[in-house]
Amino acid sequence: MKYIVSIFLSGLLTYAVGIYGNLPWWSFVITNLLIAIALPMKPAQSFVAGALGVGSLWAGLAFGIDAANNHILATKVAKILPMGGSYIVLIFATASIGALLGGLASLTGSFVRARKA
Amino acid sequence: MRLLPLIASAIVTTALVFTLDIQLKLGNAKAPRLGYFLSPQHGFWKNAEKVNANFDASIVANELQGNVDVYVDDRLVPHIYAEYDQDAYFVQGYLHAKFRLWQMDFETRVASGRLSEIAGADKLPIDRMFRRLGMVYGAEKTEANINETNPNMKATVDAYTAGVNAYIKQLDPSDIPFEFKLMNYAPEDWTPKKTYLFLMFMSYDLTGRSASVDLQMTNTRDYLGYDLFDKLYTNNQDSLDPIIPKGTVYEKPSIVPVKPVNADSAYLHKVNSLAFNTVEMPEAPDKNNGSNNWAVAGSKTKSGRPILSSDPHLGLNLPSLWYEMQITTPTHSTYGASFPGSPAVIIGFNDSLAWGVTNAGRDVLDYYEIKFKDTTENEYWFNGAWKATSKRTEVIKVKDSLDVVENIAMTHWGPTMFDAHYQNTQSNGRNLAVQWTAHRISTGVETFYLLNRAKNYDDYLHAISLWTCPGQNFVLATKSGDIAIKQQGSFVARWERQGDFIMPGEDTSFQWQGIIPGNENPMIKNPERGFVSSANQKSTDISYPYYLGAASAFPLYRGISVNMHLNKMSQITAEDMQALQTNNYNAFAATARPALMKYIQVDKLSTDAKRMVNEMTNWDLYNNVNAKGITCFKIIWDSVEQAVWGDELGGSAIPLLKPEAYVLLDQMLKDTNWSIADDIRTKNIVEDLKTQVTLGVEKATEKLLSLEKENKLEWSLFKATRVMHLTKTPALSRMNLPIGGGVNIINATTENHGPSWRMVVHLTDEIEAYGLYPGGQSGNPGSPYYDTFVNYWAEGKYYRLLFLSKEKLKQSERTKWHIQFQKINS
Repeated sequence: MKYIVSIFLSGLLTYAVGIYGNLPWWSFVITNLLIAIALPMKPAQSFVAGALGVGSLWAGLAFGIDAANNHILATKVAKILPMGGSYIVLIFATASIGALLGGLASLTGSFVRARKA
Repeated sequence: MRLLPLIASAIVTTALVFTLDIQLKLGNAKAPRLGYFLSPQHGFWKNAEKVNANFDASIVANELQGNVDVYVDDRLVPHIYAEYDQDAYFVQGYLHAKFRLWQMDFETRVASGRLSEIAGADKLPIDRMFRRLGMVYGAEKTEANINETNPNMKATVDAYTAGVNAYIKQLDPSDIPFEFKLMNYAPEDWTPKKTYLFLMFMSYDLTGRSASVDLQMTNTRDYLGYDLFDKLYTNNQDSLDPIIPKGTVYEKPSIVPVKPVNADSAYLHKVNSLAFNTVEMPEAPDKNNGSNNWAVAGSKTKSGRPILSSDPHLGLNLPSLWYEMQITTPTHSTYGASFPGSPAVIIGFNDSLAWGVTNAGRDVLDYYEIKFKDTTENEYWFNGAWKATSKRTEVIKVKDSLDVVENIAMTHWGPTMFDAHYQNTQSNGRNLAVQWTAHRISTGVETFYLLNRAKNYDDYLHAISLWTCPGQNFVLATKSGDIAIKQQGSFVARWERQGDFIMPGEDTSFQWQGIIPGNENPMIKNPERGFVSSANQKSTDISYPYYLGAASAFPLYRGISVNMHLNKMSQITAEDMQALQTNNYNAFAATARPALMKYIQVDKLSTDAKRMVNEMTNWDLYNNVNAKGITCFKIIWDSVEQAVWGDELGGSAIPLLKPEAYVLLDQMLKDTNWSIADDIRTKNIVEDLKTQVTLGVEKATEKLLSLEKENKLEWSLFKATRVMHLTKTPALSRMNLPIGGGVNIINATTENHGPSWRMVVHLTDEIEAYGLYPGGQSGNPGSPYYDTFVNYWAEGKYYRLLFLSKEKLKQSERTKWHIQFQKINS
């Protein structure tokens, strides 16, 4: 249950702090960290929960935006970055970066309250 | 707490945030900050516009005097209906910003030498050049003058500025245009000065070539000696068909410029010794910056009413330089292409008349050589005494580096562009001050403001009389049946060859002796032949009492082609005018191909060369998309030129100017024994034109064979026309467009240059107008409206422009959205 709630909260708070354009893009690192402190789990579990929370939010947002845009911009950006012009690779890269950072933030938080083995 | 893993994990997380928050290297450029750029709530994803986006909006602005309704049509063209004139410009500024904010920022940064601030030290050479050329200096002078003397224009530019800033103010940081995110910087407030800087940039684009060409001409003259120079860069254009028909009689000039007695020795010169450093020249404005415009009188049209056509040829860029709109207020109703960055419509029509512009090409920028007393540059020698300079300090901010300060010594001629601190491959160690009409007070904004409201020929004359720089050919057609063209600007009254080269600056003898009074500028109204036209050729024949400038600034063959076609046409319709704007006939090749054939020794050619020559001779003389003959012709002609000029010019350490094509062509047509044809590198053989041309064909064949192998013989594949994003990023550009045309062609589309706005206006009671530009109304690469018109443009098709009253437009089925601007509390 804690696991499901963590994923959900992570996604929700990432979205919430993302609404304010004046806050830095990495604000979710703080919220993930706090969630992991508030809802302590094993480090690996925390990592996966944080990664899934941010990663699935970013994947979902990017996918939705891209579909409504007929891939116009993602195709161009995937040539600049360079990803062979593939919007799918770009969505995957977006989600991966969010997931990796979200996971690491939660992992860090999990160590705050984790007992020594 | 597990301290070690906590610390380790915290460090890794922080390091990753940091890495994703800085600009890493991506090839030669800098990548965006990846974490920010990819974040779906902050970065580029926010700029991916819904393909079925709704542009309805309601905006409250307390700067307004009344309410403004904007109806947006299916091509995303806004039609502004305002109760007050200033409100219309406020909304124009707002809409320019809404759809084109990044380009407005970028273009004015280029103009004011502020690229280094966002892109780093790599851009310092171009920033320094624009600062030293006096771009900011000129804009500041114009701004100060308008603020002091012209309250109405000040109010107009202020209203426009307020509109731009109202948009910027409400912009959430996550919604800034895509390119700001890509290049990692943020929008800043608009200012009236930026509007003047933008117009200054147009002056540079259309008259600034002299800043490079005058140096190249000087170096070429020094290298060849004046006599040979004058032969190869002759000012005689035998086949000229001027804007004002030949044989026109001109009034006695009010200024008779006098050539200084010492000009032959002190100015036209013997050979100098040359030693060049190796700093690259910045890119000069495109030689092909030009345009076509014409108007046909009712006597030549099917309807009996005039038709006006205008297509300015500029660099083909995305987002486009142009933005279409309609502005309707109680004082006027105008439609056309506007410049994001400036109020009013620039090329367009209103309910009484239509106007268009082409570049005059007149030389209005000169260099004077300065002798400084010492390295402080505090004094320079003038009229037998040391005269004090003033210093203009310009600070260039550089990203990730220290500021660079330019202390520019200001002389009475103008800013010192080149001195011990700044030299390039062509300036050759000299101290050179620039005198340029663009440094003088400009009232250009008012010309367009008044043209937007002009009702008749007299209003048009008054409006353009205020125009100073860049000199333009203003064409006019009115509903009441008048057609006219006038070349207008501040033009220098020059003696023959004055200002073609660097001039001595130590006394008054080489100074400008006056600006030609506006009423002596070339013009023609309702001529007997039933049309007026211009295509950047010389405006007059030699009977005009003033020197127009070096002939190389005036292309010949487009004008010949336009006039040839218009002379033949009758019962003209708007469709005929569209066909003429997109016409691909090659008037140069029509003369040059038979001349070439006269000299090619076919029996001496290889089989492949014969095949290529055949391809060229069987060609129909149209630069059409699939034509191979034009590719063969072009490569063969270039190769023959190389064979003829290569020996004279090839030995120079610096690149010299290539003589114009007509020089060689006129010589071939004269069929004389021409000493220049001889390759001076072969001591024992005297080559004639036949040998050189035949040799050129063989050389060309090698290149043509390799093109054939790559499947690039077809003209559009060879030419590979593209519309480039302003950052030159291919992914944001449209490459390899299937379009014909080229240099010397009415459809003047080259690789990255061409008709940037095509407009045809039929002055019937209900104006019938057509137009489009190679871009789209949205500057956002993530919008479906980013490049909407490009394919249509390449195909030579046109849109019918919606020019209607508010009531009719509201009912039109092409009207899609409504943006409402309201004053607060209404």
